[in-house]
Amino acid sequence: MTTPRAEALTGADLVRRAISGQRSDPWSRVFEALLGLAVIVSLGVLAWLLAVVFVNGTSTLVERGLDFFTAPATSQAGRAGVAQGIIGSLYLMAFVAVIAFPLGVGAAIYLEEYSRDTRFSRLVNTVVRNLAGVPSIVYGLLGLAVFVVALRDVVGANASGRSLIAGGLTMAILVLPIVIITTAESLRAVPTAIREAAFGVGATRWEVVRSHVLPYAAPGILTGTILSMARAFGETAPLILVGAVVGTFNVRNETVWDQLQGRYTALPTIIYDWARKPGDFAGNTYAAIIVLLVALLLVNALAIVLRSRFERRW
Amino acid sequence: MPRLTVDDLRGSPGRRRRELAIRLLFAAAASLSLLVSLLIVVSLVGEATRFITQVDLPLLFERGWFPRRELFGLPTIVAGTLAVAAVAMLVAAPLGLGTAVFLAEYASPRVRRTVKPLLEILAGIPSVVLGYFALQVISPTVVDPVCMGPTDPYTLGAAGIAVGILITPLIASVAEDAMYAVPGSLREASYGLGARKRTTSLRVVFPAAISGIVAALILGVSRAVGETMVVAIAAGGLGGSLFTVNPCGPGQTMTAAMTALATGSDRARGSDLAFPSLFFVGLLLFAMTLALNVVADRFVRRFRIRY
Repeated sequence: MTTPRAEALTGADLVRRAISGQRSDPWSRVFEALLGLAVIVSLGVLAWLLAVVFVNGTSTLVERGLDFFTAPATSQAGRAGVAQGIIGSLYLMAFVAVIAFPLGVGAAIYLEEYSRDTRFSRLVNTVVRNLAGVPSIVYGLLGLAVFVVALRDVVGANASGRSLIAGGLTMAILVLPIVIITTAESLRAVPTAIREAAFGVGATRWEVVRSHVLPYAAPGILTGTILSMARAFGETAPLILVGAVVGTFNVRNETVWDQLQGRYTALPTIIYDWARKPGDFAGNTYAAIIVLLVALLLVNALAIVLRSRFERRW
Repeated sequence: MPRLTVDDLRGSPGRRRRELAIRLLFAAAASLSLLVSLLIVVSLVGEATRFITQVDLPLLFERGWFPRRELFGLPTIVAGTLAVAAVAMLVAAPLGLGTAVFLAEYASPRVRRTVKPLLEILAGIPSVVLGYFALQVISPTVVDPVCMGPTDPYTLGAAGIAVGILITPLIASVAEDAMYAVPGSLREASYGLGARKRTTSLRVVFPAAISGIVAALILGVSRAVGETMVVAIAAGGLGGSLFTVNPCGPGQTMTAAMTALATGSDRARGSDLAFPSLFFVGLLLFAMTLALNVVADRFVRRFRIRY
């Protein structure tokens, strides 16, 4: 199509051309390309990271096989494994589940169901929101001052306070605000009509919450809790401050109680330790990262399955 | 027929007692978070005051951070932290905001549904993993060419880039929420005046969502300042560092200084002041991030109220 010369245009042509706009605007193309580039770079880094980890870690994982999962951390790369880290991380998750879950859900129920929009609930809401933004290493300081130093004799005298109990309590406190926030969101999503119907037939507040609100909010609460546990699973900084072992230590055949009061390490702490070691630990580090990422993936998949299975739309 | 009184409606005393007990239990759980924040402040302030009263004050402004030698140069670690945060924002601000504009204005619902979960996966990568990636991959392939020549494997720049990658999903998600909340009528009005999509995005939607976008950036800075493992692994300066903001060299940040003080065989030894200095740095970090978060919260509220 040839462009007619300007003086040959009629008024109608001018109007038509003006409203149809210039089809190709180079700056719009550049802008769109830049936006696309931002997305591609962000996701490309993710792909790059995963590729590097799996390319460098798989061979160690295949070579060592089950041994990698059952061997303790030693100073020889060829014999070092993640057994202690996996056990430690599982214990820490148990602390989070047993302590942070009931406390967080209880707090959220109080804030949303019992005293919505009172001065107290507004204060707690503000505090919780700010606690969620506190860097995790500061929680490590709290754990160090309160559990390790002040409660030394209670949480584990043999480990001079740097025990699994201290680490577990610190982790539980770290995820508490996240559990409260996600639970409160799920409770808020339950329609008021459900509560009014239950109150209308004479149910007490607790009966309404237990038999009507909680069942409907359960999938959201569960998903939120599982995701907060995933967060705790990858968290390293606070554990280092409250004295998870960065290095090697002996395990004896101990009772659970001894283990709780004794020294411990966690999977990400092992990764941190190996990451600082020279050359020959690189394969081990990448293999441990694969274990960590796959564990996180499983936890997240579980959350997604639970959500889609129990989700309910209003 | 007996008259119905208020007492009849109140239910049995046992039921009321149980209600009260449950209510108190939940209230106690809610109060616990107040207790936790109180404990944080008390434990930080307690040890920090011990530090500030015992330390030789001029030592705090030396140009170097060597806690083992009683050299507590705060400017060194604050500058290191700011250098990492600056590099992180150079990476994360364009990536995060570009992704946000793309998701809010350009992407089809199907693309949104694929890109958002992928960003969540990126956000869920533990920071130890990104720290190791920074040391092993970013440092040789990105930092070396940019700094023109082989550098120390531990650099503030590599740590900063990795922290930037870490906070990109956060910035993208908060900024996208803000732009998504801009009512469609504003866009339609803009198109009605004959504006292009690019003009509408940049001149109408972006300014309308500006408070949320500013909040996203501030939250990003706050996260970058508090990020620990990436800098502990990739920034170097384990024992201490001289004053530096050079992204091509190793350096020390507040968070890395704290982990360095807490790890290693020398954590029990060193000077008597090393332990309380940990809490002083922690208090400083807590104050900085809290201030940033409170300001960001103000901005978020502003755009929520408007629309």
